[in-house]
Amino acid sequence: MLGYYLDLALRSLKRNKVLTALMVIAIAVGIGASMTTLTVMHLLSGDPLPGKSGTLFYPQVDPDPGPKQKHPYDVMDYRSAFDLWSAHRADRQTMIASSQLRLTSPQVNLPPLMAKALSTTSDFFPMFDVPFRYGNGWTAQDDVSRARVAVISSDLNDKLFNGANSVGRTLRLRDTDMRIIGVLAPWRPSPQFYEVAGGRYSNGDTASFYGRPEDVFMPFESSLEVNSGGMNVFTCWSLPDPAHLKTAPCVWVAVWVQLNDAAGVVRYRHFVADYAAQQKAMGRFAHADDTRMPSLMEWLDYNQVVPSDVRLQTWLAFAFLLICLFNTVGLLLAKFLRRAGEIGVRRALGASRTAVFAQCLVEAGLIGLLGGAGGLLLTLFGLWLVRRQPVEYADLVHLDTAMFLVTFALAIAASLLAGVLPALRASRMPPGLQLKTL
Amino acid sequence: MDILPILSTLRRHKLTSWLLILEIALTCAIVCNAVFLIGQRLQRMDMPSGVAEHELLQIQVADVTAPSNPYARLAEDLAVLRQVPGVISVASSNQVPFGTSSSNGNLRLDPAQPERTLNAGTYFGENLAHTLGTRLVSGRDLQSDDFIDADTAMKALGTGDSKNLPHVTLITQTLAERLWPGQNPLGRTIYLTPVVGLRVVGVLDSLARANAYDTAKAQYTMVVPLRMGANKDQNYLIRTRPEDRASVMVAALAALKKADPQRVVTTRRSFDEVRRKFFQDDRAMAGMLVGVIAALLIVTALGIVGLASFWVAQRRRTIGVRRALGATRRNILNYFQTENFLLATIGIVLGMALAYGINLFLMLHYELPRLPAVYFPVGAIVLWLVGQAAVLGPALRAAAVPPVVATRSV
Repeated sequence: MLGYYLDLALRSLKRNKVLTALMVIAIAVGIGASMTTLTVMHLLSGDPLPGKSGTLFYPQVDPDPGPKQKHPYDVMDYRSAFDLWSAHRADRQTMIASSQLRLTSPQVNLPPLMAKALSTTSDFFPMFDVPFRYGNGWTAQDDVSRARVAVISSDLNDKLFNGANSVGRTLRLRDTDMRIIGVLAPWRPSPQFYEVAGGRYSNGDTASFYGRPEDVFMPFESSLEVNSGGMNVFTCWSLPDPAHLKTAPCVWVAVWVQLNDAAGVVRYRHFVADYAAQQKAMGRFAHADDTRMPSLMEWLDYNQVVPSDVRLQTWLAFAFLLICLFNTVGLLLAKFLRRAGEIGVRRALGASRTAVFAQCLVEAGLIGLLGGAGGLLLTLFGLWLVRRQPVEYADLVHLDTAMFLVTFALAIAASLLAGVLPALRASRMPPGLQLKTL
Repeated sequence: MDILPILSTLRRHKLTSWLLILEIALTCAIVCNAVFLIGQRLQRMDMPSGVAEHELLQIQVADVTAPSNPYARLAEDLAVLRQVPGVISVASSNQVPFGTSSSNGNLRLDPAQPERTLNAGTYFGENLAHTLGTRLVSGRDLQSDDFIDADTAMKALGTGDSKNLPHVTLITQTLAERLWPGQNPLGRTIYLTPVVGLRVVGVLDSLARANAYDTAKAQYTMVVPLRMGANKDQNYLIRTRPEDRASVMVAALAALKKADPQRVVTTRRSFDEVRRKFFQDDRAMAGMLVGVIAALLIVTALGIVGLASFWVAQRRRTIGVRRALGATRRNILNYFQTENFLLATIGIVLGMALAYGINLFLMLHYELPRLPAVYFPVGAIVLWLVGQAAVLGPALRAAAVPPVVATRSV
């Protein structure tokens, strides 16, 4: 029966090519627009560490001695961060700070370049499932002994060593030689979640959260010696002395902890609250009642990582799809009602209402399929346009299998939805009246 | 033109008529809001910086090999740049308008006040107002004896020695008006911390902050007489003639390299590029909205063409009868045009209400102002025109139906 309906649908579509083309174009354009924005949205709002993000948490304390603020700072001062990290109360914990420094490689003949560097601790790599191409991360012992070792990104390895195994070679970072002990495989978390902070100050302009990870990773304490005075500071509550950042009234260190079970999460929350209370008792903190510990996804939400322009575009695209649907409903209605005579004959020859209804829906579905194919092409074109935009996430944008299937599902669902009303009208037509006018 | 017969015909095609009306209403609502959003973005992109935009170059150099005296280094760099042919003026600054990377301070009008009055962009650097080309509207510019080395000020802050702290400042007109509405700001004091009180000595016409995301607060800026040393966060600003910009940039970079071959240039751009980069998202969004509007109008027009063609084909015989009874081609043409006009008008009225609703939603979620009433007539005219243009083809086809049709197949 379906084969017969498909045959009928094809004949009917061929009979009025202009109307068919209009409907297919309307669906294709609507699907193209909404799938382009939906794909971008999907890529930007996804979980950067699926399966693991639920065990990662971001403790926050408020070291500002001034009047109490609505929210604690997005990152910590060195002392608080170091205390929490060195207590080792979580299954894994790491400190993070970023900087830029001048990089040369004595064995490579390239001009010096400014590299983005991440100062962190040994747990960073296993905690965030960072993939290695060659070598490994450093050990907890290296953190303590301030070893002069570094891990570099795949991009930097390609640039300096043409992708060869560079473990054991030397980088000169500012004025210090550091030994490369690991090279990452290509790694592009979306967003660059471990450094997300300050989203609420950016007025929705959060595209920078989707930048590339740093090129150089080095042990936290080593980096403070290598790049003294060069660390990026989030903010200071009074004028700082940049040479002594460890004691400065500034927040610049992020702490992440991994807690594998619910009991551990509760224990750690208490631990952070107790720590703040203890610091308040010592007189170092003025406020201890607002310690927080959002999970990774809660933290991303709090920072509203999806740029507001992208959200606005998604709304627009769906409004657009809605208009395209209205259009298709109108055109299908016109098409089906025009065939009143033919439907009357079918009904008179014994076809049930359901049969007519099914036939009309098959035709609508076929239009959806064609529109979906056109929509797929337009989506690919739309994503190509997005990739050419000068935004940080441009290189992330691609159509994955899931979104490819969603494109067709959405197109067919939309066209069936658009087809229901016209098909109902067509199947309700009284056969006698139509036959009479033939 | 008689409207009643049209209405009675439409009543027989309620469903299709309503579909067309709803499509026009939705399009109207979205077009109104999209045009409004474009206007907002364009207005934002026009945000005044207050500086001589076509005459400025920005250079940032990083990691000068540990200068023994960063202040001497900076002075030397500035002197070197001043020697470059074509340079009109040189300054160092901790930030540039629209430069994204910002330095800000919390201002208080009373040192004992617990909450800040507001947050303003704080510019540090000598010769800044002159190089940027910012006009002084009253008072005086900062003089070199107002300036304090940043390190000295830092130490003074530690010891509480107010002699070695900056004492004066320049503020923008907008900031002055916000702090002391309708009063003369000269001689009044702003507190950056309880001990750092800055007396306003001059008022600048306009100077935007580096992180000018919020248009209302974009002009909250002040210039503080702090002399900074050479470091990665310092910007060298060069004023030159617009036509000399490219050659001056090349010569300036060469001069800086010559002064210290070890340094890495991290930023080198004209102010035109600074502005372009800062507003690139707005430009992209405005472009996308234009695309959406065009696509929407086309889709709606195609929908009208489709439905009108269907109606014309359906009423072919009726048209023939009318023609046989004496109606002219123009009558038939007018009939379909009026019909479309009626449908569009109902759609537009509904669309206006919807546009207002969408605007309320956007105001809630995107901090947009209320949709000005002027967008409503504009949206209405656009949709009437699109409707008339779309219906013209089918209506002409209807007018071409010969009266003889009436006699056939009856």
